Amino acid sequence: MSQYRCPECGYIYDEELGDGFEGFAPGTPFADLPSEFACPDCSVRDKEDFEKVS
Amino acid sequence: MKGYTGTLKSGEAVYYQDKKRLLWSLSVIYPLQPFIGIWLYTKTGVEAWLLLPIGLSYILAPLLDWLLGEDENNPPEAVVLQLDADRYYRWLTYTVVPIHFVSLIGVAWWAGTHAISTWAFLGLAVIAGLASGLGINTGHELGHKKSRLERTLTKIVLAVPVYGHFWIEHNRGHHRDVATPDDPASARMGESIFKFAMREIPGAFRRGWQIEKDRLERRGTTAWNTNNQILQSMALSLVLQLGLVIALGLQMIPFLLVHNVMAWWQLTSANYVEHYGLLREKDANGRYERCQQHHSWNSNHIFSNLVLFHLERHSDHHAHPLRRYQSLRHFEKVPALPSGYFGSYLLAYVPWLWYRVMDKRLLQLAHIDGDLNKINIDPEKRQKIYAKYGRPDQLQPVVGQNNSTDGAA
Repeated sequence: MSQYRCPECGYIYDEELGDGFEGFAPGTPFADLPSEFACPDCSVRDKEDFEKVS
Repeated sequence: MKGYTGTLKSGEAVYYQDKKRLLWSLSVIYPLQPFIGIWLYTKTGVEAWLLLPIGLSYILAPLLDWLLGEDENNPPEAVVLQLDADRYYRWLTYTVVPIHFVSLIGVAWWAGTHAISTWAFLGLAVIAGLASGLGINTGHELGHKKSRLERTLTKIVLAVPVYGHFWIEHNRGHHRDVATPDDPASARMGESIFKFAMREIPGAFRRGWQIEKDRLERRGTTAWNTNNQILQSMALSLVLQLGLVIALGLQMIPFLLVHNVMAWWQLTSANYVEHYGLLREKDANGRYERCQQHHSWNSNHIFSNLVLFHLERHSDHHAHPLRRYQSLRHFEKVPALPSGYFGSYLLAYVPWLWYRVMDKRLLQLAHIDGDLNKINIDPEKRQKIYAKYGRPDQLQPVVGQNNSTDGAA
């Protein structure tokens, strides 16, 4: 399980926790997020912009 | 006055004071301007005074922008975190939320309980709408923030103009698609503000609803759910406006219709001037380049920025959407509007004049340099615009290519 960080605003997608508000269940791998996924907080960084932090 | 100290990358210490610190409170009191007209009417009995706020917005505000000029000062990067963390600035955005309710309810109550002519009654509806358009701006500033409190206040304040979908479609749709033909909230070269409104208002609602519907469906529910953030805000709108109708009678129906449309029109006006004709290019993979500083029109005019929470420093806002208003920066050589927003709105309301001023500015931007292929053009105006401004070295417009799609998602 890894974490991915938005380089603009610091939002973290934690695969272990998922993102319940956005409808991504705990354990959802980052790779399984939709291809059009953009940062839920700032929206100006796309999935491919996210940086793996752990 | 409070100051902030920081250290530049060079190691040099820097001290910064925000000279506009107290003046930002103008954004808080500006929505109360309808009461100035009402007060003058009560003193004179002259109904024309009721319409004074229209003059304040469209004559006095552009005049003050012209007289006071521009402010290009930036806070040093070294103190931006401190400036962002200063709670004074966010308290101003909290304080203005109830003021928007006071403005609508107060004006509606006064209009509904005094014997005034029909034109004065509807004029007050227009003025209340202008004030509630500022409420959308408040929702814009609050809606970009991460805290639960600010997001809740966003839904509350957007209930006043019945625009609860705005912050979702703006944050998740407009910021993603800005300056592309896919964005119903980015105006195209040759598109009048009136034509833009017919694309922007329904297009933005559809996009906001779709974004929220997709989120709720991922959570395993339908869009018709109490967790729908648009419906939460709209429910408050219903209580507010139905309450006014019950309390003040059926006369409130036309009043509120005019009020709502005028509030939406303020946002339409802002959206129209903010990205007119600007276009992000696609890379080899067909992905739009990241929004750059030259993809927004800006203004540093002092007065209108002070009453709009610095909205006119729009390039920095799109680069860093979570950055608070007091920290937004000016950049050299970014696209610049000829006036602050209120003066620019006036220009936009006269399309031939708008084209005359803005098309020239657009074509002269350094990254465009007269190349029509780098402009977001209204597909229905492409032939005409290429015939008027096209250069021999430019490709001829091909229908269906790049910026010829109809956009509204």
